[in-house]
Amino acid sequence: MVKRSAERLYLILIFLFLYFPIFVLMGLSFNNSKSRVIWNGFTLNWYKKLFQNETIMSAFSTTMTITFLSATIATILGTAAAIGISAMKKRNRTIMLGATNIPLLNADIVTGISLMLLFVRFTKLGLSTVLIAHITFNIPYVILNVLPKLNSVSNITYEAALDLGANPVHAFFKVVWPDIKSGIFSGFLMAVTMSLDDFSITYFTKGAGVNTLSTMIYTEMRKGIKPEMYSLSSLLFIIALILLLMINFRSDKKSKSLSRQ
Amino acid sequence: MRKLGRQLLAGPYLIWITGFIILPLFMILYYAFTTSGGNFTFMNLIAITHWVHVKSLLLSIKLGLICTLICLVLSYPLAMILNNLKFKNQSFMVFIFVLPMWMNFLLRILAWQLLLSNNGIINTILKSIGFPALNILNTPTAVVFGMVYDFLPYMVLPIYNSMSRIRKDIIEAAMDLGATSPTIFLKIILPLTASGIVSGVIMVFVPALTSFVISDMLGGGKVLLIGNVIEQDFMDAYNWNLGSGLSVVLMIFVVASMAFMNRYAKDGEGTAVW
Repeated sequence: MVKRSAERLYLILIFLFLYFPIFVLMGLSFNNSKSRVIWNGFTLNWYKKLFQNETIMSAFSTTMTITFLSATIATILGTAAAIGISAMKKRNRTIMLGATNIPLLNADIVTGISLMLLFVRFTKLGLSTVLIAHITFNIPYVILNVLPKLNSVSNITYEAALDLGANPVHAFFKVVWPDIKSGIFSGFLMAVTMSLDDFSITYFTKGAGVNTLSTMIYTEMRKGIKPEMYSLSSLLFIIALILLLMINFRSDKKSKSLSRQ
Repeated sequence: MRKLGRQLLAGPYLIWITGFIILPLFMILYYAFTTSGGNFTFMNLIAITHWVHVKSLLLSIKLGLICTLICLVLSYPLAMILNNLKFKNQSFMVFIFVLPMWMNFLLRILAWQLLLSNNGIINTILKSIGFPALNILNTPTAVVFGMVYDFLPYMVLPIYNSMSRIRKDIIEAAMDLGATSPTIFLKIILPLTASGIVSGVIMVFVPALTSFVISDMLGGGKVLLIGNVIEQDFMDAYNWNLGSGLSVVLMIFVVASMAFMNRYAKDGEGTAVW
């Protein structure tokens, strides 16, 4: 009994540690004062002002463009790559996976700098360079989510479909796709999360005048963060929470109905 | 023949890897071994032996090791508790630990800056219950605190994953044969989670060794890690050759620490974090 309550207490403490700063930021988004230290009553003012703040809104749309474009392209490239890698012999597969691990294990700062050096040499830093950088560090998350699913798909069913006259594309969508789509989806979700949260790599690969929310917050840090920023982040967090809970609930129900069958 | 066709699907990715992973690394090497005039030199690498650089590298290693150790000590019992919970939904675990990332990383660190400051909430609470105030903001302690906060999920998830793969019947068999709980832990659970520990340690130590934002924000400019030195070389001093040289040294340290850790992991595959 004592052991159980100690375990519960430990869990609560760790989750407080992880989520406490988020509660603080949400609290600040309702604070009727620009001060970060003094509580001056409840207000929804910052939520109203948020939509009138053009700098924040433009950084927000840049962030969203980069996040969703990079995650989508990374998902397509990564899924194709995973299918290709799964068909390779062990030696080639090891080489490909080793290269895949480089951006994952290498320091963010080194990845950012190396890409910056490349871009500066051959082109100009701008929005497209940030996009390329994000795709580069997103692809590994997709591959690592799709590959295990592919490995559990039996090759025999796919070959059988081909032997029975299905063309490869048709066979793929009928046989392989249902088994790997959850992996593709979680890879996409992971790519979105990583892209949204990235600062270091964006910081080195962005051109002057291009700002994502992260780099904007970084430059504002010295002058003081605008409270609208807190309300935007709180909104984003709540939307993400609702979406992820819905996805989780749906997949829960699905797995339950599957196990009933 | 069919297999060849499928392998071709990896073609675009192969081109991508070559262009945006391999080639950039060569660019770093090129800058690291040349002067700003383009002549060959070793000076940018030797620069690591300057006292300022040695000091920040040693501090980075020290803080990285402390952070990794704290993460490991916090995560292992956490993974065990999570693994013993009734509901076993792995995606929900990932969800709980990844969700904070949807709140911007810089803002979350900023929140800790507010919480840890001398007049912050934590000190107000401590004072009201009669404890002495903590003055840790702008010290290495605060930097380690921020690192542990940010990198903890990277340690919990791989350990949890390797633990959830341990089959219950193995443990039951050990119990039937009369093994005590400490024996089961030392002879079964610990060895079977070794690969999870190794990938957790790598996933925490490498970002901790190379971080520059957390030290910037929670160290108040007083905690100069090797990442800060490199960042300043590029963004303030515009000495790209020196910055690249130090980055190469940093990469050597990263590769060396991974090689060191991988000696303790028997299976390399299947221990990815996610």
